[in-house]
Amino acid sequence: MAEKLKIASYWAADCGGCDVAILDTHEKFLDIVQAADIVFMPIAVDIKEKDVEAFPDGYIDVCFFHGAIRNSENEHMAKLLRRKSKVLVAFGSCAMMGGVPGLANFKDREGILSRVYFESPSTDNPDKVLPQTETQVREGVLTLPAFYEEVKTLADVVDVDYFMPGCPPASHQIVNVFQAIVAGNLPPKGSIVGASTKSVCEECSRIKENKTIKRFYRVHEIIPDPERCLLEQGIPCMGPATRGGCGAACPVANQPCRGCYGPLDGVIDHGAKYISALASVIDANNPEEAAKIFDQIADPAGMLYWFGLPASLLRRVRK
Amino acid sequence: MQRITIDPITRLEGHGKIEIFLNERGEVENAYFQIPELRGFEKFVEGRPAEEVPRIVSRICGVCPAAHHICAGKAVDKVFGVKPTPTAIKLRRLFYSAHYIHSHLAHFYALAAPDFVVGPEADPPVRNVVGLINKVGLETGGQVIKARRLAQEIQAMLGGRATHPAFVLPGGVSKGLTEGERKQIEEWAQFEVEFARFSLKLFEDVVLKNKQYLELIQSDAYRLETNYMGIVDEKNRVDFYDGEIRYVDTQGREIGRYKEEEYLEHVAEHVEPWSYLKFPFLKKLGWKGFVEGPGTSIYQAAPLGRINAADAMKTPLAEEERQKFFEFFGGRPVHNILATHWARLIELLQAAEELLELARDPEITSPDIRNIPEGVAGEGVGIIEAPRGTLTHHYKTDERGIVVKANLIVGTTNNNAPICMAVKKAAQHLIKPGVAIKEGLLNMIEMAFRAFDPCFSCATHALLGELPLVVNIYNHYGELVEQIRRA
Repeated sequence: MAEKLKIASYWAADCGGCDVAILDTHEKFLDIVQAADIVFMPIAVDIKEKDVEAFPDGYIDVCFFHGAIRNSENEHMAKLLRRKSKVLVAFGSCAMMGGVPGLANFKDREGILSRVYFESPSTDNPDKVLPQTETQVREGVLTLPAFYEEVKTLADVVDVDYFMPGCPPASHQIVNVFQAIVAGNLPPKGSIVGASTKSVCEECSRIKENKTIKRFYRVHEIIPDPERCLLEQGIPCMGPATRGGCGAACPVANQPCRGCYGPLDGVIDHGAKYISALASVIDANNPEEAAKIFDQIADPAGMLYWFGLPASLLRRVRK
Repeated sequence: MQRITIDPITRLEGHGKIEIFLNERGEVENAYFQIPELRGFEKFVEGRPAEEVPRIVSRICGVCPAAHHICAGKAVDKVFGVKPTPTAIKLRRLFYSAHYIHSHLAHFYALAAPDFVVGPEADPPVRNVVGLINKVGLETGGQVIKARRLAQEIQAMLGGRATHPAFVLPGGVSKGLTEGERKQIEEWAQFEVEFARFSLKLFEDVVLKNKQYLELIQSDAYRLETNYMGIVDEKNRVDFYDGEIRYVDTQGREIGRYKEEEYLEHVAEHVEPWSYLKFPFLKKLGWKGFVEGPGTSIYQAAPLGRINAADAMKTPLAEEERQKFFEFFGGRPVHNILATHWARLIELLQAAEELLELARDPEITSPDIRNIPEGVAGEGVGIIEAPRGTLTHHYKTDERGIVVKANLIVGTTNNNAPICMAVKKAAQHLIKPGVAIKEGLLNMIEMAFRAFDPCFSCATHALLGELPLVVNIYNHYGELVEQIRRA
């Protein structure tokens, strides 16, 4: 019998939803544990950083790394796991594109710290104490990781072999990818796995009539027809510019796609691509009218880069 | 000063780190529980449209996304000055009951129960959920997975997905229930009620009937006298979704209660330089440091906080269990932190009973699920009981409903100071001069914070087993003299 695969899973700056998604393979989770030895997965097995450091380089067959790079320790672990893994997968939107934590790149480090520790109305901090990387207490020195100026993607700090989008990735996709790994059936390096090559629209069962629109609505302003395309009803939906694979989960719940699976193949900037998709549905007779319709979108930058600001051409706020 | 570092490698991911300092006699002088992570949601929701915020802030936590989603939803109802329809409120409650079932099951069976079912000092490789399933048998293990799966499927049915649902909108929800779906949920809810009762029976048989565990639960190592907080309804019963926030002192006497928009008069947060996580306390009592006992301003939220702060459970079977709970400990409040696990199962039963009750409500399938807002009021506070404690979301917006200021006090944050104190106390009782520090003992220190189901920066939650640990023991010169590892 062939040796069992050695797999690892690690989370950096994210919410833990990627691990819940792995747990949400439910009964199939037991199959995963049967087919592979989990050599490092902080939430599941008791193997420590020191043990990982002791592994020979390339010891881990596949490492699923989720979460963005927000502080010095996230980066340290990314580098360690890169060295110890044959295949490194950027698992989920945060590792792949920065994810929702990447929205912090619209702000700066100082503004975030100041808001959280000084300005928030419930904070009682008369001495203006800020968390420090080193604190001298009576008994010794306590340390914390350094909070970075910006959120980075995994590929910003290490070489990545595969990208698996989703916030979190759909559990059936996790099972598919795992089966492909077990079968040794992985695509070329750099590929996106656990997703479709087609857009969310292709998976969405809402009726599309190629209608153009005169105005945009914010989601709270309108009760959409549950059968018809949301975008054609004036609700900006990222479906046309976003990679499918989720089964159009949000439109199924009568809410627009916000782009967690990222852009389609060959697209450099998800947001820019979506602007062109929006332009194609606007029914305007002149640039002024078009601009007026566009202005109805409340927070265009936020909407276009909900999940991928650190991976976009903009990347972050410039001072 | 001798130093013991209990350092889960996972601290890099947002897990905690424990530093224990021993004096010359080998006694615990002090202990610190540090949180090494910050993401800054309070800041980066500025500029986002309020109606989108419930979907953004669900990403604070992938384990309790529904708590953030619904809490932000309650706040933005107010931002837009709109009341949800009665059916929308029932659907939110139904959805949230399913969420509680998933969350409490994940914590109890995957995280906490291995300490009791497999044993606190069992070998680390088997002291996890796989070891648990081997111990209780595949049939029971399969029931655990099924009970959690159904809870996740109910959330996905309404919100499109269980984790990071797209469900709550100002004035209501985006999707209603068909009669077919309702029937399905009713059937599943019956299973959940039975499963919650089974879980309580399991706790009684495995934990309460075991002398060793009983001693553990009643041990001073796991006893912490603080105030307690939780949302109560108009009859002072535990409510997860709405009501007034009530807090009681170390004797169980009500010393304060507030409505959502009054929270700033009652709760404040202290900052320490050695942790990214703030330390909430009762504002009227003032920050007095990490002290317990009468007069302390520290409070606990989460299941023990709620059951201590309320007069009753909301549903009949859960209320019977609550009475058993307090009879067992000889009255209210209960200061034994390991009792939190029992309280969690009582809440699991309440959530299952509420799920069933709502699934049978004739109004639940009404298509009247949303009110469209007519304007922008500009400010809103939402408070709910997240599984890990009272959760507060506060937003101010401009006249278009774009967020200009946000403030969040998340579930586990409430328990930050109590966890620090609980860890120190456990360490002080368990580490004794001249007694070798073994791996099982480290696990028993972990059990102190595991009771709280901690979810630091909502990125610290261990779902499937233990925090991996390495303990370094240094001598006075800072040289490593001993290392104890798990596994």
